[in-house]
Amino acid sequence: MQLELTLIAPPDADYAATDLGFLLHKHPDHLHVRSSSAGDITIFFSETTPSRATAVLHLEVDPISLVRGKNKQSDGLLAQYVNDRPFVASSFLSVAMTKAFAQSMAGKSKDRQALADRALPFEIRIVPVALSGDLDLVKRLFEPLGYRVATPDTDGPIIDLRLSATLPLGDVLRHLYVLVPVLDNFKHYYVSEDEIDRLLAKGEGWLSAHPEKEIITRRALKHRRSLMNMALARLEESLPQDDEPEDAPKVEPEEQLEKPLRLHDLRLDSVADVLRDHSVTSVLDLGCGEGKLMARLIKERGLNRIVGVDASVRTLELAHRKLRLHQAGDAKAARVALQMGSLTYGDRRWHGFDAATLVEVIEHIEPHRLSALALSLFGDARPGLVVVTTPNREYNALFEGLPHGKLRHPDHRFEWTRAEFEDWATKVAEEHGYAASFAPLGPLDDTHGAPSQMAVFTLADTK
Amino acid sequence: MTGHQITIPDFALVVLIGPTGSGKSSFARKHFLETEIVSSDNCRALVSDDETDLGATADAFDLLNYTAAIRLKRRLLTVIDATSVRREDRARLVQLARKYHALPVAVVLDIDPKICHDRNQSRPNRDFGEHVARNHSKSLRRGLRGLQKEGFRQIQVMKSPGEVDALQITREPLWTDNRADNGPFDIIGDVHGCFDELNELLGNLGYQIDSFAPDGEDLIGARHPEGRIAFFVGDLTDRGPRNRDTLRLVMGMCLEGTGRCVIGNHDFKLHKWLKGRKVTQTHGLDVTVAELEATSDAFRKQVADFIWDLRSHAWLADGKLVIAHAGLKEEMHGRGSGQVRTFAMFGETTGEVDEFGLPVRLEWARDYRGKADVVFGHTPMQDAEWLNNTMCIDTGCVFGGKLTALRWPERETVSVPAKTQYAVPAKPLDAGRSLSAQQAHDRLLYFDDYATKMRIETRFKSTLQIPEENSLAALEVMSRFAVDPRWLVYLPPTMAACPTAPEGSFLEHPDQAMDHYGDRGVTDLVVEEKHMGSRALLVVARDAGAARTRFGVEDGKAGVVYTRTGRPFFKDEARERAIIGRVAGAIHATGLWETLETDWVLLDAELMPWSAKAQELLQRQYYPTVAAAQSSAAALLDAIAKAGDLGGLDALRMKAETQLSNADLMGKTIDGYCWAADSIDDYRIAPFHILATEGKVHSDQPHTWHMETLAILAKADPILQTTGWKQIDPTDPAHRAEVVTWWMSHTAKGGEGLVFKPNAFTLRGERGLIQPAMKVRGRDYLRIIYGPDYDLPVNIERLRQRGLGRKFSLAEREFKLGFEGLHRFVARAPLSRIHECALAVLALESEPVDPRL
Repeated sequence: MQLELTLIAPPDADYAATDLGFLLHKHPDHLHVRSSSAGDITIFFSETTPSRATAVLHLEVDPISLVRGKNKQSDGLLAQYVNDRPFVASSFLSVAMTKAFAQSMAGKSKDRQALADRALPFEIRIVPVALSGDLDLVKRLFEPLGYRVATPDTDGPIIDLRLSATLPLGDVLRHLYVLVPVLDNFKHYYVSEDEIDRLLAKGEGWLSAHPEKEIITRRALKHRRSLMNMALARLEESLPQDDEPEDAPKVEPEEQLEKPLRLHDLRLDSVADVLRDHSVTSVLDLGCGEGKLMARLIKERGLNRIVGVDASVRTLELAHRKLRLHQAGDAKAARVALQMGSLTYGDRRWHGFDAATLVEVIEHIEPHRLSALALSLFGDARPGLVVVTTPNREYNALFEGLPHGKLRHPDHRFEWTRAEFEDWATKVAEEHGYAASFAPLGPLDDTHGAPSQMAVFTLADTK
Repeated sequence: MTGHQITIPDFALVVLIGPTGSGKSSFARKHFLETEIVSSDNCRALVSDDETDLGATADAFDLLNYTAAIRLKRRLLTVIDATSVRREDRARLVQLARKYHALPVAVVLDIDPKICHDRNQSRPNRDFGEHVARNHSKSLRRGLRGLQKEGFRQIQVMKSPGEVDALQITREPLWTDNRADNGPFDIIGDVHGCFDELNELLGNLGYQIDSFAPDGEDLIGARHPEGRIAFFVGDLTDRGPRNRDTLRLVMGMCLEGTGRCVIGNHDFKLHKWLKGRKVTQTHGLDVTVAELEATSDAFRKQVADFIWDLRSHAWLADGKLVIAHAGLKEEMHGRGSGQVRTFAMFGETTGEVDEFGLPVRLEWARDYRGKADVVFGHTPMQDAEWLNNTMCIDTGCVFGGKLTALRWPERETVSVPAKTQYAVPAKPLDAGRSLSAQQAHDRLLYFDDYATKMRIETRFKSTLQIPEENSLAALEVMSRFAVDPRWLVYLPPTMAACPTAPEGSFLEHPDQAMDHYGDRGVTDLVVEEKHMGSRALLVVARDAGAARTRFGVEDGKAGVVYTRTGRPFFKDEARERAIIGRVAGAIHATGLWETLETDWVLLDAELMPWSAKAQELLQRQYYPTVAAAQSSAAALLDAIAKAGDLGGLDALRMKAETQLSNADLMGKTIDGYCWAADSIDDYRIAPFHILATEGKVHSDQPHTWHMETLAILAKADPILQTTGWKQIDPTDPAHRAEVVTWWMSHTAKGGEGLVFKPNAFTLRGERGLIQPAMKVRGRDYLRIIYGPDYDLPVNIERLRQRGLGRKFSLAEREFKLGFEGLHRFVARAPLSRIHECALAVLALESEPVDPRL
């Protein structure tokens, strides 16, 4: 990867383009070689006319040490097969810049301080960049700082970044230091709290006013929310906001869509009502996720056993924390429990519950495996009551921002119309001796129905 | 006093009863292993650091009971060394013995309390008053008579130190423990007086029956020329026409040692009648009674003695076979208690009755997970079928069904139809179902069977352990992504990469693979081209009906294609159906269904193009890498060209030129593996193993057979691609040179590389299994594994340091697990046992191992 910096001297300029050598503290006639933790740096001038001078910084990253050396990231992309890291401009380049141009970056020049302080016309080329996003992002990042973006359109994420601006050299270098890794969105070194200091030092004077400062800090700190909040707070000289847990998942696309309707709360309310109406004392929440329904059911009196089941250990750990089970006393621990389990297997631990709930769960199961769920839950565990909710596909037409034919969540294996859901539920109920009734969830549309739908199954030989 | 000898079962709960100082501990040490003795003093010491701390007694006894319970659960003889002079203390122990079906044995040391006290005086920490031993003794003597009533099945009382010293104890196996008896057996279902059918069945099985006079009383002899044993599951009489002759024959065979029998509920009731007890003569007993009333007292006594001696069940063949009339749960095998006897005769019931007035049976066989085959009768069924290693072979002969025998260990059934219907069943026999009993049961697997540390015994002389966290990871993946477990009978092992070339410009080279095998004495190798696509397993049946019959699937498919991690290969089911249809067509056209005598086949294949499955990987990783490498090198070359002849740039330029060419080579290599697959005809399937067909796992066929057979198949359809192969001796220099030349030219044309396999498929060396396969990848192919510039001298030397041991071990373990699962499938094992192997392979794949190998 390389950075090409061109200083342009218009015919009437009071300086020569080759003064770039003085500004960078690199003699234009020499080859400058040094090594850094990021790799081997070579600097030379590819053009030295009075009107244009181009300094080239080429960084050669050692591909083997990425996997085996001290920068190795054992579980990230780097350990996986082959990747573009050794070749693209990334935080490696930022590290190389601080090594090679430390003085210039600080705005200093031993022999041409006046020039260093002045805004001069520069052209910048960084090649290649693995752009995470589209060209619009490049514009959003650089244009507010006074750059013109002249990057040619390319197929795929690998771009040839070309910019021009009239700015003091130190500013240009500091912008690049911060923004190149932001374009790339991948940090090669461990993100720690010193990162904030580095970011703030190089962002001084421009980052706090940048309209995209949020994405810049987020990406530069690689999604570490708490670091990001601290950084944003320090930028704005305000108090830090309350942190989300560091590994809080991003907002589910489905929730984003349904948010205006507060649909999820409504679902949970409806399910809790059904359980209360049936005087249920023990409930199995299948596919409990982070435990939203459980958190609500815990407050219900009369429920003396609440067990959440999920297939993902990771999710269960999250639920464990959110439900504060790590602090639970004996009484709560006896009442509320989490279990790893799967809806396509039977499970003897599910026997003897009054009720089971599947809130927005079945649509995550492959259609050809639903028969295993029916057999396991209705045929084997046989709780007296089963409550199932699932999206109503017909309603998707009313969601703005959901392309026609798309499902609400990438992991949804299907979404059913009301007729499809009722058809499935009726068959399952008949086969296993349950009675099924149905209810819409959410605001009713005349043609498309409600956004979500619920089926309540009751075992024929119980209340 | 002369030595007195007693015999106790080798599985029992021995309760020593005696006052303090009566010598229980020394007695115990003399006759039992230290680990067999659970002593209250010892337990008291363990929970309080002081074996005389009476305050710790309650906790000490909790520990004593717990320890004893665990030992009994593990079927270990256990000796309780505590005073046990009080009835309530003993009651708890008897209950414990019953719970684990161990015989409670009382050994009483009824020693004069004076002697006991004197002994205590001479021992440290035992300076309690004389009254203690005296009270113990009183309490003991009060209870002595009631010991039998308390439930002790064997009682030995010694009244003096002399008697204690003189006693000798020998142990012998329980009556039901016949583990040394390996058969072979012909296990025969409920006869119920169907003598004619029994005669015919024994004849068909090859038994020679002595001539006999009908309606006599002398026993009838019969024997198998090869020494097989006819093993009757009980219910010899009632309902059928010739009960007396049935008894004559079975009793005759048992007397001669050519037959054996366990007790059935009808036999039990008949015995009651024979003993003159009052019984209601229902369920066909009246027929037997009528016949026996015509016989002599002597004959009836002989029958009564015969039945009295019948055991509840037989635990046979190193514990691999259990025979009981109504079946037996695993925790009762080879044990003895009233409960075991009741279960073995009547099965487990809740007391409820169904609409036909018959007891509602708990389905113990449904939850049976034992390894022993359990063969039983009692409940008439339409057909004898395996379910979780259990089989009911009562096929209702007396109700007009058939009389069935199971040949064991062959596990084949032989039946003769009833000559007529002798009695009407209370409810119709189970009607024929479209799925077998096992298949119906296997529609549901149980999560809790797997969510633990798994231990899998394989037929490759090793037992493999899977840690719980790996099992859980595999379960998550399996439940979220995998195909229906009924299809997923096999997951393929990972393949070892060859040892690294020690020098030169190659990281991998055929020499090392050939040396690896040559050094292990393998002289018959098959070398095959390695295709670059995605691993695909194809289950192909003749049609959807055949798939349903064999796999028990209900999705109407005639086959599936899945990936090496068990996911559906195609998102689009129509495409999968088309591929399966084409392959089935080719099998049909080449007559392979007939040649292989099968209705289904499992093929191991590479499915191309790579881009068909790896699209996301290509877009996100491979193409950007090539573009970045090209762009980076090209930009540098441009800049150097512009800079002119600046000193020192030459070396940089040469390097950049090599890098550009490497990046181009990598791009070209990738392009060779990618093409649009818009129609079925664009796919290429290169099968390289015929893994299994009906009744056979082909891991005993040489690779030459696989290659030759598959070459025939490939001729039938252009989407099937042949694989180039050679059979070589890796120690022959000419062969070696030929292989190297082939590898060079094959990989130069874009081939991924070659795979080396011992021709024998499964081969054991001195130190376990020889690696079943080893890949040697081409120089340019490795660019897409190690990066475009991996073979620059500065890089390749460092890359030679790669640890292969883990990968080798993984490949070996996964191979064993995969084929273990397949063998189980072919042997029609319960799906839960097949599925655990697939899960285990997936679990092992979650272990961290260098992904570049």
